[in-house]
Amino acid sequence: MAAPDKVTDLSSAVAAHVRDGMTVALEGFGHLIPFAAGHEIIRQGRRDLTFCRMTPDLLADQMIAAGCVSKLVASFFASGSAGSLHEVRRRVENADPQPLEVEEYSHYGMVCRYQAGAAGLPFFPLRSYAGSDLPKLNPLIRKVSDPYGGPDIYVVPPLRPDVTIVHAQRADRSGNVQMWGIVGAQQEAAYAAETVIATVEEIVEEDVVRSDPNRTVLPSHAVTAVVECPGGAHPSYTQGHYDRDNAFYREWTPISRDREAVLGWLEEWVHQVPDRAAYLDKLGAERWRGLGVAPRPSQPVDFGRRRVAAQEVAS
Amino acid sequence: MSTPLSDVAPSSTEFLAAVAARQLVGKHRVFAGVGLPTLAVDLARRTVNPDVELVYESGVCGAQPEGLAEGIADSVLVSGAAAVLSMPALFGYVLQRGHVDVGFLGAAQIDRWGSLNTSFIGAWDKPAVRLPGAGGAAEIMPNAGECIVVLRRHDPGALPAQLDFCTSPSPVRAHEEDPRMVPRGHGVSTVITPMAVLRRPDKLGELEISEVHPGLTVDQVRAATGWDIRVADDVRETGRPTVEEVRLLRDEIDTVRLYLR
Repeated sequence: MAAPDKVTDLSSAVAAHVRDGMTVALEGFGHLIPFAAGHEIIRQGRRDLTFCRMTPDLLADQMIAAGCVSKLVASFFASGSAGSLHEVRRRVENADPQPLEVEEYSHYGMVCRYQAGAAGLPFFPLRSYAGSDLPKLNPLIRKVSDPYGGPDIYVVPPLRPDVTIVHAQRADRSGNVQMWGIVGAQQEAAYAAETVIATVEEIVEEDVVRSDPNRTVLPSHAVTAVVECPGGAHPSYTQGHYDRDNAFYREWTPISRDREAVLGWLEEWVHQVPDRAAYLDKLGAERWRGLGVAPRPSQPVDFGRRRVAAQEVAS
Repeated sequence: MSTPLSDVAPSSTEFLAAVAARQLVGKHRVFAGVGLPTLAVDLARRTVNPDVELVYESGVCGAQPEGLAEGIADSVLVSGAAAVLSMPALFGYVLQRGHVDVGFLGAAQIDRWGSLNTSFIGAWDKPAVRLPGAGGAAEIMPNAGECIVVLRRHDPGALPAQLDFCTSPSPVRAHEEDPRMVPRGHGVSTVITPMAVLRRPDKLGELEISEVHPGLTVDQVRAATGWDIRVADDVRETGRPTVEEVRLLRDEIDTVRLYLR
């Protein structure tokens, strides 16, 4: 039986799988952040989402400002080197323009939540939180006794997103997704979800994937839809394709300070732009070239093949 | 041959980075954050500890960056690294299993036992400032062999008698909650501020003034601290950075003035 073809376009994938009120995870730890998919969610006007993201950097600032999000589940509320997330701060510090519900963990707490979700476990233990105020802030962080006689240990509940969206370097048409560089918690977040959308820089032949199976982070069985979306992580980066647009992150800080400026930015760069190709056109060839990377290929590895099979293929 | 000393101000980034770098003598595997720690580990590799091994929260182990990292997930940390691990492997196997010797942390507030607040200034439900939160610091504190903290301020607001929120608890607080839950690591061993170097010699003990920066007195440091801080028996003046250390920071490490200000 031929492998199912899961290739679709971003607009169709979001329309089919992301609905109001859902719990959605868009992961990527500083790398491979699915910005194009986030912008499509904004464009389609999704509302009342529970947005899960360990580091809700400026993608969260944008989706929250756009009114898509009613609750944020996260572990670090800043924008990497670029500083504060002012839309998030306005909501939390002044309920401006309205409050934002926040459910807060540490990084490993979030990772353990995804692991529990991915593995179908009722909770996951970790050696954090003893003496911390975090369990008082978030009653879902609880303590259980060790059935093997050790000291009590803190646990976190599974996180099971309705939809997880990831960006990656490449996939084949049936949805075997390969990524390299910083892989974060994308595998766990995807396996934890009911539905998985993968946007990728390029769709490749199945042979390409099968020549290097260790590089597949998500096999086809874990992926619902595949979208070819070059540049889909900008202003974040895709290792080997383009670098992080650090200037963009710095430019965001003054925009973020002013809610009207954020809304203006969203109008210009999201609503007025039909898709990622148009976004990259608007960004301009010169800026895009400036993010180009020099080649640094890995040494090929030889997976070998069993001699008998090789002879059969040859004959 | 004597080493010429620089006259940079004790509160300058160069001074803090040079003092931080010297703490890495003899340390092997260091968990480095962005900002001042980036400068300090790079300087340490070029001076006191060429073999220091860099681990980053993003999963990168054994980084050998060809340029200054703008963040812990910078591609420059990935190129040429020994390994890039997933988050369960980095936080679970590397950190929680006890493979990290030194963690570098920043904070908005630190208390006498070395507990950190990186969450809220003011009330939790309506804070004056929403800070970034726990990130990986809540994991680094209990699991790294020891933690070094660099503070940009030294005043009773940054070193209060009582934290507004305890994000990353000292072993003292963990022990108070449940004496059986004492974490693996020492917690904060060293705090570097614009006025002084504070140390915590005992895992369940308090910070004390160990070094006072040039031009300042012990009394000035005590007056700027939010509790009645102890003074080490052998308190001394902090060694100034050398001219060469400052040159390395400015002309080779942070040539674009990303962190040096």
